[in-house]
Amino acid sequence: MAQTIQPPRSYDNTKTGIKYNRTGGSGSNFEMIGWLFMRLSGIVLLVLIFVHLYVNLMVGDGIQAVDFGFVAGKWADPFWQVWDLAMLWLAMLHGTNGVRTIINDYADKDGTRFWLKMILYAATVVILVLGTLVIFTFNPCPPGAAAELLPSFCSAS
Amino acid sequence: MSTPTKDETAEPASKVELPESVAGSGEIPSFEITLRVRRYNPEFSDEAHWDDFQLTMYGTDRVLDALHKAKWEHDGSVSFRRSCAHGVCGSDAMRINGRNRLACKVLLKDLDTSKPITVEPIKGLPVEKDLIVDMEPFFQSYREIMPFLMNNSHTPTKERLQSSEERERFDDTTKCILCAACTSSCPVFWTDGQYFGPAAIVNAHRFIFDSRDDAGDMRLEILNDKEGVWRCRTTFNCTDACPRGIQVTKAIAEVKQAILSRKV
Repeated sequence: MAQTIQPPRSYDNTKTGIKYNRTGGSGSNFEMIGWLFMRLSGIVLLVLIFVHLYVNLMVGDGIQAVDFGFVAGKWADPFWQVWDLAMLWLAMLHGTNGVRTIINDYADKDGTRFWLKMILYAATVVILVLGTLVIFTFNPCPPGAAAELLPSFCSAS
Repeated sequence: MSTPTKDETAEPASKVELPESVAGSGEIPSFEITLRVRRYNPEFSDEAHWDDFQLTMYGTDRVLDALHKAKWEHDGSVSFRRSCAHGVCGSDAMRINGRNRLACKVLLKDLDTSKPITVEPIKGLPVEKDLIVDMEPFFQSYREIMPFLMNNSHTPTKERLQSSEERERFDDTTKCILCAACTSSCPVFWTDGQYFGPAAIVNAHRFIFDSRDDAGDMRLEILNDKEGVWRCRTTFNCTDACPRGIQVTKAIAEVKQAILSRKV
């Protein structure tokens, strides 16, 4: 078995004759804001998610009531649009920042770290844009669609 | 000078003379242990391996005594650091049964002697030989937080006065002996060694919260770095490892709060 205890700072950034220099800091507050965001978004998400679960699964007919019409009904109300939008953005950014710190902690090569983070950020952007579009442009009864594909309440009006 | 013969122990177990009337007096119990030491010598092999030593030890012995016995009576090439051997100098921090401890503060009788006792070098620092690691990355971080008093006022003719409450504020972090048990128990430090590490933050804390020091803002700025306090994941490994009982994770949290209250 090879020597398993890896020397850290194996990059040996020799600067001014001193070994093991830390790679230069950015001088920004980004990490502090990230840390603060994780705590604050976590608290807000607790409220958002548990109210979401309660309203969807417990109130009225409970889980039996959840269908296409139920979701369409919620998204017709600006209150639930904003609620779901806040949940989407906070959860995605909270999760992305969490995975970002895990990548920072566990990727040992700079290249690996960079590309893993790029994949992560791309996935986040796609989901955020797509999710936001769905919440605001959702139309349960698109005009010109085949009638048999639409829910029953579309023909009622 | 005569060399000790096979039967003669190099250092006999310490004994306290107690009168017969004192309960529990008498022979100090002895037991057999297996000491499993992580060996590495780059002059012979790039691979590390385990060496087992069968030793007869006493109830008063510490892991350090077992290492001494192995080195003095079995294999003189076993290498480790130790200076005072009484838990003050911080030289003999090592991984004992997977936990960072000072070898001079762990009694063998407190460990499970039915199984081999494993002794490894502290993790995350480059191993030089056996249990000896290169402490340079550790001390580099320590130097970066400027562990000395900086005061802008004129040098007083008397001592700089401080109330006992002001002294109490940083009392816990003055206890650090720089053994590196905390920093080398930190999973974030293990990955790339770029993180400042608990020991550097503890020693920054000691000056940041000292009423006589004027460079607290500079130190907070240094620890606001991307490799600074925000990389702490509050796993409490450092608090568990500290042989001086310093509440390390709490000190790191206090530094985080100080940065936040200054910036926000």
